[in-house]
Amino acid sequence: MSRMALEGVKVIEWGEYVSAPFCARTLADMGADVLKVEHPRGDRSRRHGPFPGDVPHREQSGLYLALNANKRGITLNPSKATGRAILLRLLESADVLVEDQGASFVDGLGLDYVSLKERFPRLIVASLTPYGRTGPYRDYKGHDLSANAAGGISFGNGTPQREPLVVPAAQVSFMAGLGAALATVMALVAREATGRGQLVDVAEAQVVGVLLTGYHLPTYIYKGIPGYRAGNRFRLGLYPNCVLPCKDGYVCINCPQMEQYQRFLALLGNPEWTNNPRYRDRRAMTEQYPDEAEGLIIPWFMEHTKEEIFALCREHRIPCVPVQTIQEVVHDEHLASRSYFQELGHPDAGRLTYPGPPYRFSATPWGLRLPAPTLGQHNREVLCDLLGYIPDDLPRLRAAGVI
Amino acid sequence: MQEGSGPLAGVRVVDFTWALAGPGCTLFLGMLGAEVIKVETAQYPDAMRRGAYSVSGDLDSSPTFNSANLNKLGLRLNLRRPEGVQIIKRLVAVSDVVVENFRLGVMDRIGLGYQVLRQVNPTLVMASSCAFGSTGPWRELAGYANVFNAMSGMGSITGYQDGPPTELRDSIDMRVGTNLTFAVLAALYHRQRTGVGQYIDHAAAEAITRHLGDAVMDYAMNQRVTPRRGNRDPLMAPHGCYPCKENDTWLSLAVGTDDEWRALCLVLGRPDLAADPRFADGAARWAQQAELDSIIGAWTCQRDARQAMQELQEAGVAAIPSFSAKDLFEDPHLRARGVWQDVEHPKLGTTHVQVPPWRLSATPASVRRHGPLLGGDNDYVLCQVLGMGAGEVERLAGQQVFE
Amino acid sequence: MTAMAERDLLAGITVLEYATMVAGPYCGKLLAELGARVIKVEGPGGGDPARRRGPFPEDLPDDELSGLFLYLNTSKQGVTLNLETATGRDLFRRLAASADVLVEDATPGVMAAIGLDHDALCSLNPRLVYTSVTPFGQTGPYSQYRAYPMNLFHAGGEGYTLPGSLSNELFPGREPVQGGTYLAEYDGGLHAAIATVAALIARNLTGSGQHVDVSKQEAAMMLNLLNIQLFANTGELVTRRRSYHFGGIFPCKDGYVILYPREDRHWQGLTAAMGRPELGTEERFRTWEDRYRHRDEVNAVLREWVAAHTKEEVFQTAAPSGCPAAYFATTEDVFHSPQFAARDFFEEIEHPSAGRLAYPSRPYGFSEAPRSQQGPAPLLGQHNREVYCGLLGLAPGELAELHRAGVV
Repeated sequence: MSRMALEGVKVIEWGEYVSAPFCARTLADMGADVLKVEHPRGDRSRRHGPFPGDVPHREQSGLYLALNANKRGITLNPSKATGRAILLRLLESADVLVEDQGASFVDGLGLDYVSLKERFPRLIVASLTPYGRTGPYRDYKGHDLSANAAGGISFGNGTPQREPLVVPAAQVSFMAGLGAALATVMALVAREATGRGQLVDVAEAQVVGVLLTGYHLPTYIYKGIPGYRAGNRFRLGLYPNCVLPCKDGYVCINCPQMEQYQRFLALLGNPEWTNNPRYRDRRAMTEQYPDEAEGLIIPWFMEHTKEEIFALCREHRIPCVPVQTIQEVVHDEHLASRSYFQELGHPDAGRLTYPGPPYRFSATPWGLRLPAPTLGQHNREVLCDLLGYIPDDLPRLRAAGVI
Repeated sequence: MQEGSGPLAGVRVVDFTWALAGPGCTLFLGMLGAEVIKVETAQYPDAMRRGAYSVSGDLDSSPTFNSANLNKLGLRLNLRRPEGVQIIKRLVAVSDVVVENFRLGVMDRIGLGYQVLRQVNPTLVMASSCAFGSTGPWRELAGYANVFNAMSGMGSITGYQDGPPTELRDSIDMRVGTNLTFAVLAALYHRQRTGVGQYIDHAAAEAITRHLGDAVMDYAMNQRVTPRRGNRDPLMAPHGCYPCKENDTWLSLAVGTDDEWRALCLVLGRPDLAADPRFADGAARWAQQAELDSIIGAWTCQRDARQAMQELQEAGVAAIPSFSAKDLFEDPHLRARGVWQDVEHPKLGTTHVQVPPWRLSATPASVRRHGPLLGGDNDYVLCQVLGMGAGEVERLAGQQVFE
Repeated sequence: MTAMAERDLLAGITVLEYATMVAGPYCGKLLAELGARVIKVEGPGGGDPARRRGPFPEDLPDDELSGLFLYLNTSKQGVTLNLETATGRDLFRRLAASADVLVEDATPGVMAAIGLDHDALCSLNPRLVYTSVTPFGQTGPYSQYRAYPMNLFHAGGEGYTLPGSLSNELFPGREPVQGGTYLAEYDGGLHAAIATVAALIARNLTGSGQHVDVSKQEAAMMLNLLNIQLFANTGELVTRRRSYHFGGIFPCKDGYVILYPREDRHWQGLTAAMGRPELGTEERFRTWEDRYRHRDEVNAVLREWVAAHTKEEVFQTAAPSGCPAAYFATTEDVFHSPQFAARDFFEEIEHPSAGRLAYPSRPYGFSEAPRSQQGPAPLLGQHNREVYCGLLGLAPGELAELHRAGVV
């Protein structure tokens, strides 16, 4: 295998659930050597599932398996003095610490950034917290739901008359993890120049706020219009730009160019209503009476299947795609042709299919190399072979709650 | 005789046991309410009648024999006479259980083996206990507690780290007897439900090996021999027996959690130790246990063991003096639980014995009577239980059947 | 149920075990071994701490591979349940309602505080035998005291008399020692099992269960009744200075042995086996009293002979002579003992994580109840579905919900 982009970068991940593990996973996929430091009770995502056959099993949670591939794992509780000492020894040879432990908590353990910097000036600390390491919210608890809410994305998500919705499947946490990974790589680049590490203070809610940059924020700043929920359509813009039902599911259509719209109307046989002035102002149709306007074309969609619509629209060069179910995604021939899904064996969970490379570098590969570690799988390798503990110490460290 | 209200009220036991292992079993059966008839010959009275620790001249005046044979009735019989054997058969016919701990084959030689006795009483539960059980190459070997202790492995794992193995003695016999009691009770329970009697082949050495099963598992898993550890623990520290103020008084003290450690430091008047990272968790303390031992020993040796216990226990630290028999006899907790009971003995006067260690709320176990005088209950057994007339007893006496 | 299972002595009995470490679980093991269905209830946070005690294969800690746990929980079913939740307590009540026995080891008062004490459960199920195993019993000034296994051993009065004899000669004035591994805990568990079966016997007569209060301290004291009651009745105190009048422990070439020629026939047999039959009948050694009077000479003869031989040689020579003789077997010796092998004392059990291992099995054979193959210790929560869905009738979806809510 060719050299990987982050080969030689040593990362200690002291985090759980989604954001920090996804950050480290993203680095690991590009070749970083990630050691996951897991609380002895195990990463919370181990209890999350989904589980094969719905039988809960610590080593078979889908979320955990997906987020922790390509890592080695040890159990360690840095709240214990010996656990802390072990963590510090691991940091001696690390380039990056990814952690999500909360500002006051790490401060209380003497693992605040100032202390770490003093000992390890080249260390990059990527700290993921709901609201950041400073400011009045620094000690507030948070999770994906609250990051959605606090970041402002929920308010604009959902249908107008109903309560705000989260972006599903912990997407905000994934975004935060991805953002942290990107920031970490930038800090690594900076270190090339400065020779020094730094603290990367990632506030998950702010990462979400950044996602609003292009649309909701300027809309508010320029027009004074707060976020709003428009359902499955754009609130502003040119008709049609929405998700519509069809015979066997949903499709998504968006025709910003006039030519596209005209080809669409031609496909529909240039129906009678196109002559009605009320239906000639595409902006008004979207922004003032979208239900009525969409009602005009829904009957045509309801007569056709996703597949038929997709084929017709491609033929007529109309931007309209089916809304794919997960099953369709997994069996998507395009993804298959790019070998997107890959299989990996795991000692307890067996062979499973994992999503593959989201990006392909022409020279330095992305790689799925290791299954997610079982709880404490590399304790011996790390504690004994690397740090010099004798095997006899391990049961004691376990009983003391250290590992 | 005075039947108990215990679970075995109405159960009659013919008891051929001697020394301590077997008598321990029938002691427990008697405490649980069974009527136990101890059979002895004038030629070979139970060796314990001469005392275990101090040698007694009078066969009816050993306090240790009395302790081990409470509640039992004494039948003196000459088993070399066919009439004696015949009396046993009549007795077994109206009994439920026979217990013996002779060397293998003795009961058969007397003519009272299980095959004979089951003809007399088809639902009989008969238990035979010998050193190594009735099968295998060592089945004929003699054994006392010291043999079971040594061959079971218990002796080799008990003692100072730098010292020789340890002779556990009468407690080992009692453990064998306890184990045998469980087997007899299980058989009695089964008989109650099914009407089926049982022969129990019991191996004393095996009974003790069971009490070090976890140590044997280490050999099974790792081919590792369990060493002697003194009072130390492979995982916990501090964990030891510390000298107290009075000569030869000791306090056992163990710390299993960080909370207990902090509590101990406060009692020792050493909050600095609680804050010292060298002792902050179990693994760290274990590595420094010699130092901790000397700190704790310096504190305990200024103090009365019982007062130190109270002070530490009130703070939540597991500390108990290494109680001598004297400590136990005077102990306020045991007094409050009514552990000591006075029992009148015809020769010894008022004796002090321990009540049964199980408190059954509805059918209490009990000590109802002193141990048997040699042949002290011949009349009761022969006349009341077997319904012999005075003439028959006299005739048999004339034939030396009771000598 | 198979015919074989019917012959198990305790077939048909259901035991709920809410106990950790050694004593309570050993009680449960003894009942399970004879055919009772034992449902072990483990709390949240990793279950029974015995899972963290080891020994572990290659010393690698794994909650499913602790030798102590594997040994003490054979043939049980395992469920997880969080009694800190109201739903958890409710499920516990439902389990107790259908059980014959509950074995618990909570600090006295704790079960009452969560509404699961004997009175509460007995009103649901009057036939329940409710066995409590605690260090110092349910009542009395020490009832809330803490005791680890070592503390308990010393609390029972035996530690004060150990190690004695040769150790005492070598190290006079040293501290008392505990029995190997968890000795007093095993004792407590065995006593609890006795009292539990006794209460089941009583139930067959009275129709009712009852509360059984087992103090591990009192159980340990009962095993030491000779020396403790000797003091109570004579004022004579047994200490670590105790030793045999003659004979006892002697170092040999590769370990230690016991020779104990107490009876005249023992002495005669032993000396003959040693190749010195003349000592057997010599005037100064003839009777117990003679040997006692010349105990130093007796011991010198034995010490010298033993020192020239291996433990195996001493045992093979002396034991057949009729004299009580033994060597101090290490766990390795025990594991390879030809006697234990001949009796199939070690039983192989296959465990999903630990694989096939040999476990010490039962020391009693029952003529009418052949030994049945024992099952492995349960994985944490292994039988949640079987017990909660099978026994209590929960839907699988409800179980998943309980899992998410941290109840199981």
